[in-house]
Amino acid sequence: MVHYEIIRHDVLIIGAGGAGLRAAIEATTMGSSVGVVCKSLLGKAHTVMAEGGVAAALANVDERDNWRVHFADTMRGGQYLNNWRMAELHAREAPARVRELEPWGAVFDRTADGRMLQRNFGGHRYPRLAHVADRTGLEMLRALQDRSVQTDMQVYMEFTIVTLLKDGDRVVGALGYNREKGIFYVFEAKAVIVATGGGGQAYKITSNSWESTGDGVSLAYHAGAELIDMEFIQFHPTGMVWPPSIAGILVTEGVRGEGGVLRNKEGRRFLFDDIPPPYRNLTADNEEEGWLYTQGDRNARRPPELLTRDHIARRIVREIREGRGTPHGGVFLDISWIREKIPHADQHIERKLYSMYQQFLKLADLDITKVPMEVGPTAHYLMGGIRVDSGSQMSTAPGLFAAGECAGGLHGANRLGGNSLSDLLVFGKLAGEHAARFAIANRFGTINSDEIEKAAQQALEPFEHTRPGESPYAIQRDLQETMQELAGIVRTGEELNQALEAIEKLKLRAATVEVAGNRIYNPAWHTALDLRHLLTVSEAICQAALIRKESRGAHYRIDYAEKDPALRSVNSIIFKQADGAMSVRWQPIPEMPAELKQIIEDNQ
Amino acid sequence: MKTAATFRIWRGDAGDGHLIDYQTSISEGMVVLDAVRQIQAEQANDLAIRWNCRAGKCGSCSAEINGMPKLMCMTRLSSLSLNQPVTVEPMRTFPLIRDLVTDVSWNFRVKKEIKPFRPRPADTADGVWRMQQVDIARIEEFHRCIECFLCQDVCHVLREHQLFDRYIGPRNLVYTAALEMHPLETEHRLETLKDRYGIGYCNVTNCCTRVCPAEIKITENAIIPQKERVVDEFYDPLIRLWRFFGRRFSRSR
Repeated sequence: MVHYEIIRHDVLIIGAGGAGLRAAIEATTMGSSVGVVCKSLLGKAHTVMAEGGVAAALANVDERDNWRVHFADTMRGGQYLNNWRMAELHAREAPARVRELEPWGAVFDRTADGRMLQRNFGGHRYPRLAHVADRTGLEMLRALQDRSVQTDMQVYMEFTIVTLLKDGDRVVGALGYNREKGIFYVFEAKAVIVATGGGGQAYKITSNSWESTGDGVSLAYHAGAELIDMEFIQFHPTGMVWPPSIAGILVTEGVRGEGGVLRNKEGRRFLFDDIPPPYRNLTADNEEEGWLYTQGDRNARRPPELLTRDHIARRIVREIREGRGTPHGGVFLDISWIREKIPHADQHIERKLYSMYQQFLKLADLDITKVPMEVGPTAHYLMGGIRVDSGSQMSTAPGLFAAGECAGGLHGANRLGGNSLSDLLVFGKLAGEHAARFAIANRFGTINSDEIEKAAQQALEPFEHTRPGESPYAIQRDLQETMQELAGIVRTGEELNQALEAIEKLKLRAATVEVAGNRIYNPAWHTALDLRHLLTVSEAICQAALIRKESRGAHYRIDYAEKDPALRSVNSIIFKQADGAMSVRWQPIPEMPAELKQIIEDNQ
Repeated sequence: MKTAATFRIWRGDAGDGHLIDYQTSISEGMVVLDAVRQIQAEQANDLAIRWNCRAGKCGSCSAEINGMPKLMCMTRLSSLSLNQPVTVEPMRTFPLIRDLVTDVSWNFRVKKEIKPFRPRPADTADGVWRMQQVDIARIEEFHRCIECFLCQDVCHVLREHQLFDRYIGPRNLVYTAALEMHPLETEHRLETLKDRYGIGYCNVTNCCTRVCPAEIKITENAIIPQKERVVDEFYDPLIRLWRFFGRRFSRSR
């Protein structure tokens, strides 16, 4: 028998990033006893890495903005594969969710008349991103953290969940362990919220930390929940490319929002050469007009640097592949050029892009106020994820809710920058509210102790040295290389099939992984367990990418380089078959109501 | 440029431990965290470390590198002499869990006790406040704190004297400074700053400021202004005299 402790909460929340903490605040406010489990220390979640800002139609900088325009922008950016109801809720509620952070301690940059300042970002028609220099995520997470600890919720730091526990179809708890001692814990809960973020660790070049191994997506899938839109991985156009050891670290889109431009090695602003049709009316046709837009000229159109991320990432790849890249295999991102335009540009850059300035100075010996940066695409965000009900955030597994990056639907085929921070606030709150309601309406479930025993034994397998095994780090590295090479920005059916074959082999290797030492704070063991989630998520990405035989948004197939009208309004759904195998099907998107269609029409 | 370097890393738990030398290959631009993770992946799979963002934004990978409290992710190998082994040890002020991982839970417990932010009522009905950029400039610096706890690690009140029950340490004084200097704040903390938070224990040696990876001038901008407020409130002889006579005057009336 494996020893475990038992803990009970009305609502169990897995993940303490922005979505998890926002959900926890809401559920606690509604009277639920709440437990929050997180893999790192409190306040270290990936949300702190969000830089540029949070999108909300506050209309503080341009009074023409409102939720309708934000809704239309989000749908256009997502190529209309978004869940329109979620996109509507998101756009309507984001302003209130952002405003309420200030009484909780967040302090955003200000306009001249003392309100929250907003900056330009790709795909947003008006300056819409409330921000704090370029460390918005840290400010938000700290405010949520400080607010959370004032409630009576319990935070379980450095705990990892290995499986969800069920009573029939309903999710009624989770089995996890604490890293410090390696002791198992059974969390019994009336409702469970997954808020575990993304799975960027499936790729070699990523902006994501070690935590982003797709745990929540995989836990939900194995508990019987459906996944949606898993083929859509956002590759952020601008990650650092040099030095090699830190390749992939994010360079905020805020650089371009403040007037930064992309150039190839010939010095050409290559984005002007290819502007996608839906954005032609909205995009400047000369450099001066683009600059004027970034400086608030309301008659100017946006520079092509503020097109959507999917498009820019692909164009950068093309520049590099066709030999017009920089010495270290990227393109130039230049903010220093604004010296020609404004006085005291170096001080301005240092203040508005403080952490970028520090990051390049300290890690790459480069002063961004004087010379251009070298950047290239980096795996950044999972647009797809757990399929949820747009009203309640409940997954297709009863009792299991999801919010934030691990949930799918809002962003469709491509996410606009700044929409992730507003996503986690809006849907974190809704998940907390509905999980609390569910907990009021339902009793604790019954957990079969054999199920717990079996799951705990599986988790301990890496310690059993019955046969010589491999290091979990080696398998993870091979998986990252496979996904980077075969399921990255540019895809083909042949390569995706190769990736799936490779994943099958990696699964076999992962089953024989060997871990030395004991259960006390042993990262090799943690990596071995996280690897299982990463393999599930990688398989889901490849399967969904394989059936979408077209190119749309972030999903680009050179063997099907055009859009297929037949796939214009269907989402891919990944589900677990009765025999345990992964399967994929299409789900038609319901007809949009006339009033939302009208909004899109009005904002073309 | 050298192609390999030796890292002398602390291995062990609260009971027992020692430094072990690991040689690993190095390349241009590497930071200490890269080298330590490489050693973990290739030679010491169970080496316990904390890290997350790799860019000095989360404050997880705090350690003592050649005796100096630093973030491993922001310490370039090019800034160190690689002719001798690079020593990497856990933060000494906190109880050791294992290898480079320490129990920093005290910091979270203390922060939770600090009286929370209590803003004045919103300026408009939709819950919005007006603040000028110049008025928030001062606390913006404090909000850069990434809670790496290197300032707590280096503070002699905590490190040498272990006064964890009498002094909340530089990190938490940065937090109280952010609250106290917030333009909307209505809460009062001066008495607790003096008594419970023990601000008097700081004797302004600037050690915390020197190790802060977020470049917050902790002593100068956060602690000294709060010390001055405490002194004005409780120790200024003129103000005490004024209050004394003020009370007598009002009583005699």
